[in-house]
Amino acid sequence: MSKVLLVGIDGSECSDRALNYAADWAAASGHRLILSYVIEWSPFSFNTPQENEERHMRREAELERAHREIIDPVVEALRERGVHAEGVIRHGHAAETLCQLAEEFEASHIVIGKTGSSRIRAQLFGSVAMSMVQMSPQPVTVVP
Amino acid sequence: MLKRNHGPRLALAIVLLGTALTAHAENGIDQRIDQAIRPVADAVAGFIFSSFTLAGVQVPFVLVWLLLAATIFTVYFKFINLRAFRHGFQLVRGDYSDPLAAGEVTHFQALATALSGTVGLGNIAGVAVAVSLGGPGATFWMILAGLLGMSSKFVECTLGVKYRNEYTDGTVSGGPMYYLSKGLAERGPGLAKLGRVLAVLFAIFCVGGSFGGGNMFQANQSFKQVVAVTGGDASWLADKGWLFGAVIAVLVGLVIIGGIQGIARVTSKIVPLMGVIYVSAGLAIIGLHLPDLPGAFVAIVTGAFNAQGIAGGVVGVLIQGFKRAAFSNEAGIGSAAIAHSAVRTNRPVTEGFVALYEPFVDTVVVCTITALVIVVTGSWDPSIDPSQGVALTSAAFESTISWFPWVLTVAVVLFAFSTMISWSYYGLKAWTYLFGESLITDAVYKILFLLFVIVGSSMQLGSVIDFSDAMIFAMAFPNVLGIYFLLPTVKQELDEYWADYKAGRLRKFGRAARRG
Repeated sequence: MSKVLLVGIDGSECSDRALNYAADWAAASGHRLILSYVIEWSPFSFNTPQENEERHMRREAELERAHREIIDPVVEALRERGVHAEGVIRHGHAAETLCQLAEEFEASHIVIGKTGSSRIRAQLFGSVAMSMVQMSPQPVTVVP
Repeated sequence: MLKRNHGPRLALAIVLLGTALTAHAENGIDQRIDQAIRPVADAVAGFIFSSFTLAGVQVPFVLVWLLLAATIFTVYFKFINLRAFRHGFQLVRGDYSDPLAAGEVTHFQALATALSGTVGLGNIAGVAVAVSLGGPGATFWMILAGLLGMSSKFVECTLGVKYRNEYTDGTVSGGPMYYLSKGLAERGPGLAKLGRVLAVLFAIFCVGGSFGGGNMFQANQSFKQVVAVTGGDASWLADKGWLFGAVIAVLVGLVIIGGIQGIARVTSKIVPLMGVIYVSAGLAIIGLHLPDLPGAFVAIVTGAFNAQGIAGGVVGVLIQGFKRAAFSNEAGIGSAAIAHSAVRTNRPVTEGFVALYEPFVDTVVVCTITALVIVVTGSWDPSIDPSQGVALTSAAFESTISWFPWVLTVAVVLFAFSTMISWSYYGLKAWTYLFGESLITDAVYKILFLLFVIVGSSMQLGSVIDFSDAMIFAMAFPNVLGIYFLLPTVKQELDEYWADYKAGRLRKFGRAARRG
């Protein structure tokens, strides 16, 4: 079985650079590429009853949108380049979920962009990249 | 059943009433609203609280009904309130949550939503009333009622999830209306009709409860507290309950009619914070009165069995404790089953375990802290006017933290607001169960709900509290009666699940899986 490379993407410019970096690497080395997009979500949030009632419906919509706008076009393009790529979309805390996915897919390496799309958040709470470097079970490449 | 074409007429009546209210927006309006509603409120309360005399004390039948049910459920399910306590926590923590289901409503979220509907003024005002009228001993019975009430919630919420409706658009809707009608129909054709009747009765009372305890009581008590901190009788607001009500009604209206979910979302995030502040402040005060704490415990335990000087003796104390616990945690009332039903699980009984935490947090933790603060600070006073529930708690906190009444006011208004949002949802679910879903039925309910906010802040507490109690407690009659028929269903769910749990056949995920 070929080695697995996990890339975290979020549709931002920086994540595009991370993706290109990982794609070149995978194309050259024959790694299998797992593209993952994490929809920010916490199991411990406080919601209104109305939100809970509609949650399942909204989740389906979020997944559909993430597939349509973020994951599917990229996977398609990579496959055309001959890279063995597949997409995963999950809800959760970005860094934690990426680490879980790395274990789940037995990835040997993780590639992410330096900043996500929300800069203020990164300033306040630390960036996904920093958390990944701290938490990851595997080597992490942070692409600027 | 009411036909839909009654909608416009009803709406017109409301608009006219609203216009009349504003036209008379003068000093006397509060008294006028109070006078108009009081006879109705008194009649309803008199009927629901039909009581019998025990040891010289009037015992409301509904309290016996609730307590008997909670005790029967506790015994029938072999003390499920205690033996599933640990497992409930594991479920809330997410030990058994499949990461592939991330993004769905979790056990924690369902519990938190239900709690924000229950934790509220009952914990602040109700407890003060109980301790005032029943002495410290009322706390003992309140805690006991809370512990037994956990079993009632277990049954309700299991059923709520099991018989909820899942619609094709992906939304879910559950609650006693559905388990009474669908569940009883499943038990046999003879019971189908009974189930339908109970479901309709429940829905009617639930709509009433959403206007009463879930609305008017909240508006009334938060207004009282705002007046108290802004100068009491001398406050500019003192005779302007209708104005306070109108402001709250507009805010609630922005959420439930305007669909400004942002306000609700912000509230749903601030309310838990206020809860934490309230509990922390309570614990701090208890900590500062540490030398008085053993004495308080002695007073609570001895006062429970030896009630000298309390109206009605031990039975009187017991009733105060039980009544306020039931009003606060709503176990057996059926309301929370509506909120819990949204959870994503294929084992309904899991939400039952999680629901154990609702009366536990509400009554055993938060109510007890309020009671302890009142007892250790010596603020309870049997001669105090029982309509000053929040004021008494506020004074108890103030005696140690002088500025706390301001924080408490914010907490009270926010608790009231979030409880109103929750109850407007419960009431609407019941309303649409009765009248069907359409834009008009929706709008009629919501406008009525907002009008009751204004009515509630204009009334004197006595009649509000009686009416609120009455409507909320009325829900317990159809709910509990139907549940008795459904106990074997819950038992089967529980036994199957518990066997899987004990045999280790349930899959754990993430860190919990590694812990083993």
